[in-house]
Amino acid sequence: MFSNLPLLSLVIWTPIIGGMLVLATGSKNNIEAKVLSLLVSLVTLVLSIPLWTQFDVSLASMQFEELIPWISSFHINYHIGIDGISMPLILLTTFITVIVIIAGWKVITYKTAQYMAAFLILEGLMIGAFASVDAMLFYVFWEALLIPMFVIIGIWGGPNRVYATIKFFLYTFLGSVLMLISLLYMYMHAVDVNGVGTFNIQDLHKLPLSLNAQILIFLSFLLAFAVKVPMWPVHTWLPDAHVEAPTGGSVILAAIMLKLGGYGFVRFSLPITPDASMTLDWLVILLSLIAIVYIGFVALVQADMKKLIAYSSISHMGFVTLGFFLLWKITDNTGSASGAVLGLEGGMVQMISHGFISAAMFLSVGVLYDRMHSRMIKDYGGVVNTMPAFATFAVFFAMANAGLPGTSGFVGEFMVIMAAFKANFWYAFLAAITLILGAAYTLWMIKRVVFGPIVNEQVEHLDDMSGREFFMMLLLAFAVLIIGLYPAPLLEVMHASIDNLVAHISISKIQ
Amino acid sequence: MFENYSDSQVYLAIVLAPLIGSIIAGVFNAYISRAVAHTVTIAGVAISFILAMFVFKYFAFDGAQAYNETVYTWMVSDGIRFEVGFLIDNLTSMMLVVVSFVSLMVHLYTIGYMQEDPGYKRFFSYISLFTFSMYMLVMSNNFLQLFFGWEAVGLVSYLLIGFYYKKESAIFANMKAFIVNRVGDFGFILGIAGVLMVFNTLDYADVFAMANSKADLTIEIIPGDFLFGGEWSMMTVICILLFIGAMGKSAQVPLHVWLPDSMEGPTPISALIHAATMVTAGIFMVTRMSPLFELSETALSFILVIGAITALFMGFLGIIQNDIKRVVAYSTLSQLGYMTVALGASAYSAAVFHLMTHAFFKALLFLAAGSVIIGMHHVQDIRKMGGLKKYMPITYWTSLLGTLALIGFPGFSGFYSKDSIIEAVHASSIAGSDFAYYAVLAGVFITALYSLRLFFIVFHGEERMDHHTKEHLKESPWVVTVPLVLLAIPSVIIGGMTISSVLYGDYFNNVVIVQQAHDVLGHLKETYHGPLSMILHGITQAPFFLMVAGIATAWYLYMKNPELPAKIKGSFGLIYDILDNKYGFDTFNEKVIAGGTRGLGNIFSKFGDIMIIDGFVVNGSAKSVAWFSGIIRHVQTGYLYHYAFAMILGLIGLLALVIF
Repeated sequence: MFSNLPLLSLVIWTPIIGGMLVLATGSKNNIEAKVLSLLVSLVTLVLSIPLWTQFDVSLASMQFEELIPWISSFHINYHIGIDGISMPLILLTTFITVIVIIAGWKVITYKTAQYMAAFLILEGLMIGAFASVDAMLFYVFWEALLIPMFVIIGIWGGPNRVYATIKFFLYTFLGSVLMLISLLYMYMHAVDVNGVGTFNIQDLHKLPLSLNAQILIFLSFLLAFAVKVPMWPVHTWLPDAHVEAPTGGSVILAAIMLKLGGYGFVRFSLPITPDASMTLDWLVILLSLIAIVYIGFVALVQADMKKLIAYSSISHMGFVTLGFFLLWKITDNTGSASGAVLGLEGGMVQMISHGFISAAMFLSVGVLYDRMHSRMIKDYGGVVNTMPAFATFAVFFAMANAGLPGTSGFVGEFMVIMAAFKANFWYAFLAAITLILGAAYTLWMIKRVVFGPIVNEQVEHLDDMSGREFFMMLLLAFAVLIIGLYPAPLLEVMHASIDNLVAHISISKIQ
Repeated sequence: MFENYSDSQVYLAIVLAPLIGSIIAGVFNAYISRAVAHTVTIAGVAISFILAMFVFKYFAFDGAQAYNETVYTWMVSDGIRFEVGFLIDNLTSMMLVVVSFVSLMVHLYTIGYMQEDPGYKRFFSYISLFTFSMYMLVMSNNFLQLFFGWEAVGLVSYLLIGFYYKKESAIFANMKAFIVNRVGDFGFILGIAGVLMVFNTLDYADVFAMANSKADLTIEIIPGDFLFGGEWSMMTVICILLFIGAMGKSAQVPLHVWLPDSMEGPTPISALIHAATMVTAGIFMVTRMSPLFELSETALSFILVIGAITALFMGFLGIIQNDIKRVVAYSTLSQLGYMTVALGASAYSAAVFHLMTHAFFKALLFLAAGSVIIGMHHVQDIRKMGGLKKYMPITYWTSLLGTLALIGFPGFSGFYSKDSIIEAVHASSIAGSDFAYYAVLAGVFITALYSLRLFFIVFHGEERMDHHTKEHLKESPWVVTVPLVLLAIPSVIIGGMTISSVLYGDYFNNVVIVQQAHDVLGHLKETYHGPLSMILHGITQAPFFLMVAGIATAWYLYMKNPELPAKIKGSFGLIYDILDNKYGFDTFNEKVIAGGTRGLGNIFSKFGDIMIIDGFVVNGSAKSVAWFSGIIRHVQTGYLYHYAFAMILGLIGLLALVIF
């Protein structure tokens, strides 16, 4: 039934066109805009399900491919497709967007239609970035999606939103300029080598490059992706952006936009510049370990819940980048590449899992913020007395954030620690410190906010979660539990693509 | 086992029965009555207890072969299968009986103890969830599921210590317990990673089968020769890391600090989790891993010394506590030290044997303490008790039996297990065994002293409670006393009944692997002639005299001459202060570790992130751009003659270039 439809395009363009339609309903706080937005996001979710059910897990190549020439003179094509690396991220996007629409339902009263439309358009652009097989198309999506996010923080954000948006925009924009130059260089280089230029990512994977060129390209990619992930020390835009962003913005930012950075490493850095990755893997590993440990300490002392969760995100994303770059150190240490797949897949699982958990954490803060209009830990205490259902979810997601086995938060961290031990005892040692720090900063926050006697009158008059809030928390809790208890299906999807990737990057591209 | 059901169905039923009870009581909390909540959870645990008894019979008497099957494949990555599965053998079946029996008793007891608590249903949900988690831990056939159960019991422990969530001390204690346990788990997960690196599988059977062939592997953790530098035996590293996990869960020095504070939780869980079952998970784990631990004498010595320190020094602290539960808690720490010592001496069977007897009598003592607390209207200070014997006869007599078992009175369960440990350490020859021997020997005196002190102060002597309490003082209801009686029975008889097969028979033959050189129990076996002769032999030995001396001292100090302890306290002020401060562990952890961590966090946050990265680099570049454009701006004045002047200057410059 679906086989003849350009399914992937539908998943990309339904929310974008739907978003435009929502915009057309006007700027009143009207129910039509909300219902239409929800409908569009649900349709997109439904359309994305066949991407999974009809996905052939035995193939490493691109599936659901579509190719339409776009700017022929530069060989830029509207070329999309998905593999085991991008498919789970696209499903994560369609799922989280529905949650975000639900989350904004009652809360956003100012320019509701525009708010919803921005998220829908953003959804389409993010899926487009994940699905691009053409590097220039990727770049267009990659840059375009900054705009709705910029608008979301800039219009519906907190008091210091201007500083945060400009910081966010400049950081991410400057980060990607060098990436564009690298793409152009490779296009020209392909002309030299093959006689014809290309922006096809799969062709770029095969493009031979000297070590020096690879290193320069690697560094430019690193800057672009490291800002997005974000990695230490280019991470300081994230806490500011989170603090100022509305709840929905924080959710999308943490759950999906950060994943674009991690995705960039597996889609571009590793396969296009394997030799440079091998030469500079220590740099990424070092920055990842700093992120895990240093940022863990920073998270501990935050007074603002959103900042704390933002720092926690950076620390957790450190596992992603650590897991991705272990191949060569493992090979050096043990003489075989066994464990590299574990690290890469662990990083991938960590991205998906963090998508759910960070979304839930930011939503939890949102639930409190909507009632008390404060994000500061000191304004809370004893919330459990008045919001027992909320407290249950808060403790559950806190445990997931602390990587409790049985929740998705454990799976990725476990895999990466296992792989890191094979590379070097100290990598695993430093990474495993998150077991202590993660528990410390999360549970300390829970202790101060959720438990204890009621500290003030405002807490005393809190209402427990509404049905709407309960529903979205429940969905996320299910996702976190299912992945935690049975991650096999998620991993099965990735195996072929990751195996292929490891095989590819083990071979030098220098000619 | 049963005709119409496969073994795997039986094992699944054992695990799922309490889980289902827990889910019903937890998720449908708001929609069910208290009676429904306790009925479903008790039914769940009762089913699993009955099945566990069958399983035990199946293994102990029918001689069943070990069952080792996968339930489902958790995930596959890098060609490694990570599975959830069961390994049921003699060790597991014994643990199942202990856990399910104590859990069932605690479930019953809770009906009485938590009667008036608004969190009644929630409590039942938690303790059933705990039972499920503990089953998963002991039934696991691989390291991954072990870790799952390990952390799951930690989670439930967290929830239960903080059960009275309005109490500041309780919510501090539960956070502390979780984080200190995480320090142990930090080592534990690294140990598991080491296992995966060496064996490329986490399945017990495969790992143990290959263990000997990997004994010679080394790893260089710190380069160089000094201190800990150079090549280490991989097995030593793995075993010490795994044992660090055990140190957290089984509360060994210096990771013991959470256990006394865990007494903030309701008493039934102190009995179930923090005495009988969860805290013995570390002992169980090391026993399960005996094929690995046997390969590293360094690790065994480490275990021995840590255990000996815990056994002796935590016992001292029991003497000066005035909270009835804390006395029992320090006693638990000390007894866990005994078990750990046995592990270090390669007397794994003795450790598990003591684990079992201890589970019964310590659960009994805690529940009896709880019964006293009910009678005293939640007063826990023993200085406000006294003479309870005549008000609470059942509690009194069962406490007496539990106490005698704890101090190792000949014939009681504790006698067999503790004397065996002392003998085993005596026979051991690995480094540290001399120290450990004297530590556990001295521990006998200390145990008798603090146990009888508690007993005399609470049940005998002057009645120090206030008038109101005294008026209402009466024996607890049957749901409380029946579990006491049911636990008292094994506390008395289980040791003598089972020692011949468990310790000196072949019960653990296929489970525990001991190398010839370490086989202290095999050595002791030669002089073992049954439980009765062990008693006859025991009363001529040092431990017996030390125990009698302990009882006598307690009697003299707290019955005969009750003013004396205060005087002793006065003249040994320094020692008292050290004990009162619990050797300063808590102060050190709070000031140095927690304070240092927060301090480091503040430095990183304020100095690293805010000042250097944001202040200097990010906003600094923004400011330099602003500064630079501020200067450049002066050039663009908007006055035509300025531009004209600049053009002329430029022209002259160009001309100069061309000419010269």
